[in-house]
Amino acid sequence: MIYFDKVSKIYNPETVALDKVSFTIEPGEFVSIVGHSGAGKTTLLKMILAEDKPSSGKVFFESVDVHSLNRFAIPKLRRRVGSVFQDFRLLPNKTAYENIAFAMEVAGRNEADIKNDVPHVLDIVGLGDRLWHFPHELSGGERQRVAIARAIINQPDLLIADEPTGSLDPDNATEVIEILKKINDLGTTIILTTHNPDVIEKIAKRVIEIENGRIKSDDKKHKIQ
Amino acid sequence: MIWINLKRILYSGFVNFWRNGLVSLASVLAITVSLYTIGALMIGSAFLNGIIDEIKTKVDISISFKSTADTNEIEALKKSLEALAEVKEVTLITREEEYEAFKQRHQDNALLLQSLDEVGNPFGARINVRALDPAQYESIANFLNNEEGSLSVNRSIIDQISFKKDIVDRLSRIIALIKRVGLVISTVMICLAIFATFNTITLAIYISREEISVMRLVGAGNVYVKGPFLVEGLTAGFLGTLLALFGLYPSVAWVKATTINVFGGIDLVSYYISNFPMIFLVLLSSGLALGFIASYLAVRRYTRI
Repeated sequence: MIYFDKVSKIYNPETVALDKVSFTIEPGEFVSIVGHSGAGKTTLLKMILAEDKPSSGKVFFESVDVHSLNRFAIPKLRRRVGSVFQDFRLLPNKTAYENIAFAMEVAGRNEADIKNDVPHVLDIVGLGDRLWHFPHELSGGERQRVAIARAIINQPDLLIADEPTGSLDPDNATEVIEILKKINDLGTTIILTTHNPDVIEKIAKRVIEIENGRIKSDDKKHKIQ
Repeated sequence: MIWINLKRILYSGFVNFWRNGLVSLASVLAITVSLYTIGALMIGSAFLNGIIDEIKTKVDISISFKSTADTNEIEALKKSLEALAEVKEVTLITREEEYEAFKQRHQDNALLLQSLDEVGNPFGARINVRALDPAQYESIANFLNNEEGSLSVNRSIIDQISFKKDIVDRLSRIIALIKRVGLVISTVMICLAIFATFNTITLAIYISREEISVMRLVGAGNVYVKGPFLVEGLTAGFLGTLLALFGLYPSVAWVKATTINVFGGIDLVSYYISNFPMIFLVLLSSGLALGFIASYLAVRRYTRI
């Protein structure tokens, strides 16, 4: 589903974010990418979303070279990918309901679907009673759950989560991991970055370790069959 | 789908405008200042034009006749003046009318009126000549000074010819200069106000740059990202127009009140009211254009994919 082919990202000769990274992720996998801060984890995710371009190499989403897409095709690609971030990245002036509805609107969904699906997905993440709360009225864990709800509302093929538990206390972090595991069980491919060993342990699936922009190890022991 | 998208963009723009509170208020006030300056320039220009017109109406050639002058001869001169192509209007004030007008003006001065009664009517008749164009007074004056030109009229009946053109010309030149200087100052002020408006709106959108990046990440196309910001800009432009129009009214009323004694003829309030549709349209189109263009330029910077 995702194929990195000798991808390098060099900001300047002293700053090599990625160095000839190659790996493949199959549909339905839950892959954790681990490494210290600055190892290149976020750069890797940005490549998939076409937020950043590789200096050399190619990134394929299914059979499409992500960076050959024109500016009209990129939003369509992003609608097939749900994103969750450490800092939640919710729209501050929109309520929980509106944040999720916005993702549906840009995907061209109709009002009836929006009215039906948004409360349902917020129920799934345990926020059925927080529909009309603004992000600043929610706790960190609640915000992250809204972000997850937004990421899955359009039933994406892939969900990428950049340090999703980084700002959460252990209880909330566990809850978020459990939700992500459920989403993966339902068939969505997930790529998660973290530097927290507890999170990797809880997920217990494939782990790619990155160090200084290179793949140090690719532990496929938990890879699904 | 286009209609649904438009509805969503409009709704989102209005809601964002409302929720952005102080940031929106800053944009509205910046646009208000720009539009107020434009409106003040328009009305100020009308005010100066009004003064010039008022002064032009004061330009005339006044021919005073001796009290002994023969009425037929005066009438003959009037007719020959009326025949001139340059002349717009010739008004004859008879010595009786002059006498009555004087008595009317001094009706409270019993002593003066009494002595006037004793003396009898000392006034001569008067003719006021108004030209079609102030530049033509010269040729009318030549006509009067040239004995051959005035044909059968006996010049000895004329007591005095007074001609205020020089003073009026000088005043007109001063006002024209004030207009030019005013135009330069106003243009500079408008440019500064527009620059400030652009900066305020750019800053308002700069605050939302994170929001824009989130919109892009969830797959929003450019129309969805830019649309609400443009609606916000247009809303700010519309409200700025209303505020500027409300602000201009007390200003013109104040200018009228303070200048009425000096320039009695120019009623700025009536000018403002009678030209309201034109002023409204100019300010509204400027306000909407300002809000739209500033928002478009600012948001474009953050929507590059």
